[in-house]
Amino acid sequence: MSLEQPKDNRLGIVVSGSVTRGVEVKLDSSSLVEGMVVGRYVTIQGERQRFFGMITDVSLEVIDPRLAITPPDVSDPFIAEVVAGTSTYGKLHVRPMLTIGSDAMSILEGPQPVKTVPAHFSAVELASQQDVEQVFGQVSEGQFWIGTPLDMIETKVRLDLGELTKRSNGVFGKSGTGKTFLTRLLLMGILQEGAAANLVFDMHSEYGWEGYSEGGRKVKALKQLFPTKVAVFALDEENARRRQVSADFIVKIGYDEIEPEDIVMLSETLNLTEAAAQAPYRLARHFGGQWLESFLNVEGREEVGELAASLGEHEATLAALRRRLETLRRLPFLVAHAPDNSVKRILEYLDRGISVVLEFGRHTDIAAYILVANLLTRRIHAQYRERTERAMGEDRALPRPLVITIEEAHKFLSPEIARQTIFGTIAREMRKYNVTLLVIDQRPSGIDEEVMSQLGTKITCLLDNERDIDSVLTGVVGKSELKAVLAKLDTKQQALIFGHAVPMPVVVRTREYGSAESYKDLGFREAAELKRRAEQDIEELWGES
Amino acid sequence: MPFKIGEVVQASTSQFQAECYELHGSPPFGSLVKTGDGLIDVYAVVYNAATTSIEPGRHPIARGRDEMAEEDIYRSNPQLAKLLRTEFEALVVGHREAGCLRHYLPPQPARIHGFVYVCEPDEVREFSRSFDFLRLLLDARVPASAEELVAACLRQASQAHQDPRTFLVSAAKEVVILLNGQLDSLNAILRRIKA
Repeated sequence: MSLEQPKDNRLGIVVSGSVTRGVEVKLDSSSLVEGMVVGRYVTIQGERQRFFGMITDVSLEVIDPRLAITPPDVSDPFIAEVVAGTSTYGKLHVRPMLTIGSDAMSILEGPQPVKTVPAHFSAVELASQQDVEQVFGQVSEGQFWIGTPLDMIETKVRLDLGELTKRSNGVFGKSGTGKTFLTRLLLMGILQEGAAANLVFDMHSEYGWEGYSEGGRKVKALKQLFPTKVAVFALDEENARRRQVSADFIVKIGYDEIEPEDIVMLSETLNLTEAAAQAPYRLARHFGGQWLESFLNVEGREEVGELAASLGEHEATLAALRRRLETLRRLPFLVAHAPDNSVKRILEYLDRGISVVLEFGRHTDIAAYILVANLLTRRIHAQYRERTERAMGEDRALPRPLVITIEEAHKFLSPEIARQTIFGTIAREMRKYNVTLLVIDQRPSGIDEEVMSQLGTKITCLLDNERDIDSVLTGVVGKSELKAVLAKLDTKQQALIFGHAVPMPVVVRTREYGSAESYKDLGFREAAELKRRAEQDIEELWGES
Repeated sequence: MPFKIGEVVQASTSQFQAECYELHGSPPFGSLVKTGDGLIDVYAVVYNAATTSIEPGRHPIARGRDEMAEEDIYRSNPQLAKLLRTEFEALVVGHREAGCLRHYLPPQPARIHGFVYVCEPDEVREFSRSFDFLRLLLDARVPASAEELVAACLRQASQAHQDPRTFLVSAAKEVVILLNGQLDSLNAILRRIKA
């Protein structure tokens, strides 16, 4: 040992480890145990390559167990200082995630997944900004970034939105942890980079015109920042008018557009029995396209009884079904026959690359949400499917990628119905047809396992229910370590991102949103500035001859 | 020029004994001294010192009954300074050969009548940059305990460093590693060197 001072960033050395478990790092006595935070990045300089990893646990160790029984007199600062790092030391558990080679070839290839461990006593350092940029890519002008890694204000974490929109994704987190904020940011990113068109089923009217921050402050939403790229559709015209939102289209849905499958989706919400949920199929066969209206028009016990007899259904089942479906009549956007075809309108906008936000206004009850989202999505899905197949057959460009955002996703994707509904199908296989989902949910454990496993990128804020954490982390390498990280997230502005859009799991402090500065960052220009710029352009164009 | 303090009168590979030129002029317990023939300098840590009669059979007798002060005894009996001598023993902890400092035993023992010098602070600082010599001190069988010796040596060396406390902390950390599990010895040393 010598008196030489250790390097600034050095934390310690690797003392043991394995590929499956990660490596153990003994902290140098100069590194403060309390300064180590789970989720922070470190680099390990191996003999041939550098490893990039994440701290997943911090522990305290003693060389001699007797010390724990008769502790030294640490009230004396001298003894405390001597004992730290020698008799007692801190240990880090680090999960190496990527390797960074040093030769030209490997720099071109970029970071690669880890397939080995660094040699004994390799030096471990805190990752520098440069390291993090090498891993997450540098953010250039106009590119979207989601936030900064923990304790690195300067470094921006970029999401590969091209990769992101190729698959279905999920945003999870307990209520009040910032799911809406994150989702709004993500949608803006997708708009900013033009990675895909969005269709947002906006239950609480937070994404279209403006939303509210946790503190009750108004924040601009998509339409305000990207007026030419976003259209707001409203289900509740009156509500939109009261909020002074100029909706581009008022959605009305005809009874004839509702299909038996839509009712199956509602079986849990409307508390339908299995038999009642299946009855609409028979009704549809019996009545044809107008089945719902016809069925609701069947009044009186006798008529129901006759209908039941002719369908071979239980009379009580039909009566119960009818009673429950009666609630749909109270939804003002449901009309006997819609004056305009909403699906067609939505598709028109999407085709022009304009994202559509469907605001539900006052219709925040889950039945309305599920009904509308399912109904519209099913038809849009059919259209996309047809177009993609035609495009493939005729060797033309595929339709523009579409991301459908749904909230309360467990109501659409619960194990009981995920296999039957359109959302389950999209999550499982629609990647081929360029349609993907962005599911937002606070109870990920309520979502079908198969669907969860198909999500490409998961962004999760704090979760503390064991089952929710388990379901989010299904199939991830280093699950137990990430679990520790996930349960220790702050309740605000922090999220764990892992999956295809990032090279390795990353804990980010989500970027600030809601200030003038942040809007500008996302490409928003005030009217005055736009005008000035236009004038400048005109001047440059015509000159002052 | 380093201060010449005495001369080697007995030597082995691992230690030597030297007689001081001045009565009671032994270097401090735990201090670093050196002796050499020009080719190899031997470094050693003082672990014992004693003042005795030059003739083993003749013990000093008490003479100060009528004197007012201690110095008066020597003034009234000037022969005393010649009949008594101060010797010290030092444990070899390293050597310098061809300009290269090594913290282990030299190939040859120190030479009899080799001059012994007290090391200057610069040299102490250079020597104590590495703590490898602590092992030799801890393993030595010395009249005072090894813990006393190590503590004294570190205290002495720390005076040569600009920041004695940092030096002592680093040294103590090394001691902790060397004394793996020997909590009693460790505590004894730590208590003796804490600043």
